[in-house]
Order: sequence, then C-alpha cells, then structure tokens
Amino acid sequence: MRETLLEVSDLRVHFPVRGQGLFARPRPLRAVDGVSFTVHAGETLGIVGESGSGKSTIARAILRLNTPTGGRVVWLGTDIARLSEHALRPLRRDLQIIFQDPLASLDPRMTVGDIVAEPLTVAEPELTREARRERVAAMLDLVGLSPQMVNRYPHEFSGGQCQRIGIARAMVVRPRLVLCDEAVSSLDVSIQAQIINLLKRLQREMGLSLIFISHDLSVVRHISDRILVLYLGRVMELGPAERVIGLAHHPYTAALISAVPVPDPAVERGRPRLLLEGEIPSPLDPPSGCVFRTRCPKAQARCAAEVPALVPRGTDEAHLAACHFPNI
Amino acid sequence: MAAFVLRRLLIALPTLFVIVTLAFFMMRIAPGGPFDGERALPPEIEANLKAAYNLDAPLPEQYLRYLGGLLRGDFGPSFKTKDFTVAELILTGLPVSMKVGAGALVLALFFGVLLGTIGALRQNSAIDHSVMSLAIIGITIPTFVTAPVLSLVFGVYLGWLPAGGWHEGSLGALILPWIVLSLPLIAIISRLTRTGMIEALRSNFVRTARAKGLPEPVVVIRHALPAAITPLVSYLGPAAAGLLTGSLIVEKIFALPGIGRYFVDGALARDYTLVLGVVVVFATAIVVLNLIADILYGLLDPRVRYS
Repeated sequence: MRETLLEVSDLRVHFPVRGQGLFARPRPLRAVDGVSFTVHAGETLGIVGESGSGKSTIARAILRLNTPTGGRVVWLGTDIARLSEHALRPLRRDLQIIFQDPLASLDPRMTVGDIVAEPLTVAEPELTREARRERVAAMLDLVGLSPQMVNRYPHEFSGGQCQRIGIARAMVVRPRLVLCDEAVSSLDVSIQAQIINLLKRLQREMGLSLIFISHDLSVVRHISDRILVLYLGRVMELGPAERVIGLAHHPYTAALISAVPVPDPAVERGRPRLLLEGEIPSPLDPPSGCVFRTRCPKAQARCAAEVPALVPRGTDEAHLAACHFPNI
Repeated sequence: MAAFVLRRLLIALPTLFVIVTLAFFMMRIAPGGPFDGERALPPEIEANLKAAYNLDAPLPEQYLRYLGGLLRGDFGPSFKTKDFTVAELILTGLPVSMKVGAGALVLALFFGVLLGTIGALRQNSAIDHSVMSLAIIGITIPTFVTAPVLSLVFGVYLGWLPAGGWHEGSLGALILPWIVLSLPLIAIISRLTRTGMIEALRSNFVRTARAKGLPEPVVVIRHALPAAITPLVSYLGPAAAGLLTGSLIVEKIFALPGIGRYFVDGALARDYTLVLGVVVVFATAIVVLNLIADILYGLLDPRVRYS
C-alpha cells in the first residue's frame, strides 16, 4: 500500500443563503455534504460530476480557499481544515491548484517570470534572485515554454500557453499534491491532450499526486487511477478507474458513461442511451434519502426513506457505491 | 511612448485654441465692460482708456492681437489690477493654489484609498457601513459649509490653527484648506476604491495569489490594489486639474492669495485678459494631467499599449 497523503473525511461545505422576506433566517446551501476519500502518493484521483455537484468546492475547501463547515481534511497526519491561516502557510507549498480559466487566473499586471517566481518567494525565501531565476527558467522549459518568454505578459499568450504558465506556477515549488480544477475544460481538444500529457509527464518526473476535477468523463478516465463520482455534493461511486467505467454500479455513473460519445458511428448508433430526466435538484432543498432518486430510473420507496451508504457492492473491496439497487 | 506623448501634446494645441476662442467671444458677449462702474466715466476718459488697452479696435482685430500675444507668451495687462500683467498675477497666485491643491490631493489619495480598501476587505460589516456613510456625508456637505465651520471651530474657538490667511505658506495655515478640499475627494476616492477592490478581490488571479500561499497583505497590496485603483486614475486627471488651479470657495474663505478667486472675480469685473489667462492655465492643466493619467494607466496595466 502506498503512503496516504490526503484523507478527507465527512467533508461538509455549506453556504448560508439569505431566505425570502425581511426576517427570514439564512438557509444552508449544501454544496458539499459528507464527502470522504483518500489520495495516495503518486496516484491520480479523478472527480466527475455535473455543474453544481460541488467538485470545485471540494478543491477549494481542501486548499482552504473556502472554509469547510465540517469534517476533516488530514494532510500527512495533520487536520488542516481547522488550522489557522498562519499555521497553514508552510503546508501550502505541498498543495497547489491549477484553475479552469487560464488567462483570468494570471495577474495581468505581472510578467510571466514574476508570476512563476512569486510562489518561490514565500516557499523558499532563502533563494537568491539568481537561483530563483534559474528555477523559473527550468520550470518554463519543463512545461514546454521558452525561458525567453519571462518578460512577456499573460495576455500575449494563447489559452494553452497560459495554462502551461499556470502549471509552471503550481509546480515550481515542487508540491506533492496538485489539484486540477477543470484545468483543461476551456481548451480545445488537441490542446487538452497536450496539457494532459504534460501533467502525466510531470507527475511521473516529480512523483506527485493529482486530483483531477472535470465534468468530462472521457478526460477523467484517460488520466485517473481512481474515479470519484459526485452528485449534489455527495459521493455516488468511488473506485478504480477501469472498474468504475467498465462496471459502473451506480445508475448515475452508468448514465454519465452512456452520455460519452463513442468515436465509431456504427457502435454509437447501436448503443442504448440512458437519458436522465430533469435538472439537478437545488442543494438548498436536497431530496430525502438518496439525493439521486428524483432522476433515477431504478428509484423505489426505499430510496426516499433511507440514505444509501457508500460501501463495496461488488467483488472488489476498493470499489464503493452509494446505491440500494446497484448494477452488479 | 515618446511619439505618443508628442502626438497628444500636438492634439492639445487645437483644443486650447478652441477653448481660448470660445472664452474670448463669450466674455465679449456679456454686457458691460471693464471700465463700467457705479458712476459712468466721462466719455473722453473712457475713450482714452479703451484706446490705451486697445479695446476700441474692431473685435476680430482684438482677437488676433490677443492670440498673437498668447503665442509669444504675453497674456496682456490686467484691466482691473492696474500695473500688473496677467502673467504676473498668475505667477504669484499659481504656486499658492498648487501648494494648497497638491496637499489636498495627497491627503485625499492616501485616506481615500485606505478607507476604500478597509471597506472592501470588511464588506458589509459595521466598519464598511460607517466608512461609506461618512463618504456620503463627505460628498453631500459642500465646502462652503465645511470651510467656515472648521475655521470657526479650530481657528476661532479652539485657536489651534489660524482661522485664515496665507502666513507665508506656513504649515498651520495650510492644514484647514487641505482638509476642506480633500474631504469630498476622500469620499469619492474611497467609494471608487471600494468598488474596484471588491471586484478585484473576487477575481480569479487574486484567488491564484491566495493559492500560491502569499500572506493576505501581499495578496491585497500587490495583486488586488493595482487592479482596484485603475478606474481611479481616469477620475483623478480632471480632479487634480481642478484642485491644483485653485478653488474659489476655499481661497475666499481662508483668504489665500491663489488664482481660484481670479476666475470669478475677473469674470464679474469683465477683466477679459485675466479670465482668459486663468482659462488657459486651467485648460493646459487638464490636458497635461489627463496625459499623465493616460501614461499612469499604461504603467498600471501592461495590456494598455500606446503607439
């Protein structure tokens, strides 16, 4: 068993939403409601789910860009969900994030060299200016950008190049875990493939772990060792990538997989399509029991009464699903 | 960059020409003249005076003569303040006005940006609400109220500062005018800063700065503040021009020998050359300060390029 880096248990992130009327009490919006998972050294955990399922909120809660309402985020034995900002700072070096919108995430007033060098000023303040410059140049080279570009500004780069800058910025402090929050979603497909291959190569060379968040199952299955399926802030299914894709236990996962087109028209035409009815319910007022039951083709009375536990449903102990009537 | 500045200054010349022309003829359309008083002057004397100041020539000729003088840097004589040329009046008054205005500008920038930033960082808190209420008060109470009240309280009752007068530009004489002039500006600047800062703090690159693990003050000062105060720069150009060329009200109430009062005094007395001189100074200040604002804009935001 590889070393466990991150252990998230029963993570809750609720946002108070002001109610209707002047004196209404604020109601909690349950963006993330009781999510647990672990990340081991060197592995990639993929998190998939629709818009509004709480994927990004999980990433931000781990990094404390949002404050978790409850639960534990244990990083190498320390619960960082409750640490003060000051105590957290040395740990930030190990935990980095790559954001979705590559250009907007870079300060338009700073040169690329300054953007990539800035994390080093906090993480390794002992570095000389010269040493820092060398690290930045080496990092830019590693992500496939010419080190001569250090004096340019972000707006002079394409989307794919900006994301490489974002990756260089995240990786320059040699983190142990990098969260990729929809890191390739705004790029076109050929650039997506380049960036994913770059992430895989960096992961191999630097031995880091990734949490790869996306709404695109075909991207996640390509990069992940394990996949976590999220719906309305709750874990529906969690297991090894090939098992989750090949032997989806949860009807929601099965529906997601069936929505991914197969690049063969003959197969694509012959495939049964599982269409989900309706929209994702409001996290202000989640359904009782299983949150997926309002759109589930297999829902029965028990699903409304009883919250299904996230436990192994099939033969593999590592493959968990939260469903009363799993596909096995 | 140099080409940009040069071109902007060249464009400024026709602008100034139009302003001077308009001001010249508008002054002449106004009824009355510089030598009309309570009692009408004997016609011979008035004719002599007009001949001396060249006011008996046809209007187009007077206009061309004035423009010619202006091109040589000659603003002409003052009609009312005898024995002084307009240039002399402006050159003695302008440093006073600039000293008052510059101090007020520095005060306004410092406190405006500080209060606006505090308001944004503590958005919707008690501090934010009180700062913004004070800003509303600052905007709504006119200087002709704050000036006499402050002068009365600190100058007359408490006697801490002179109630008025220039006193050779001593610090004590400057403090009250600075405060009075800066209060409305602090209010506007703090509101502009707060709005810009709230937006900047929500932007993705500020989130990135936090994710880098930077301490919060570095995030705010290095990343959010430059974005937040960019809109301020375009406001500050004309505002600074107004401040540096003097305020009629503050200079009157505190009896300061600046040039702000010349504008209204000159207009009322039909002192044509004096009014035109002040107009030229004010227009030039606006043109130059707007140019400086544009250059600052480019420094604050590298995406802005001048070619």
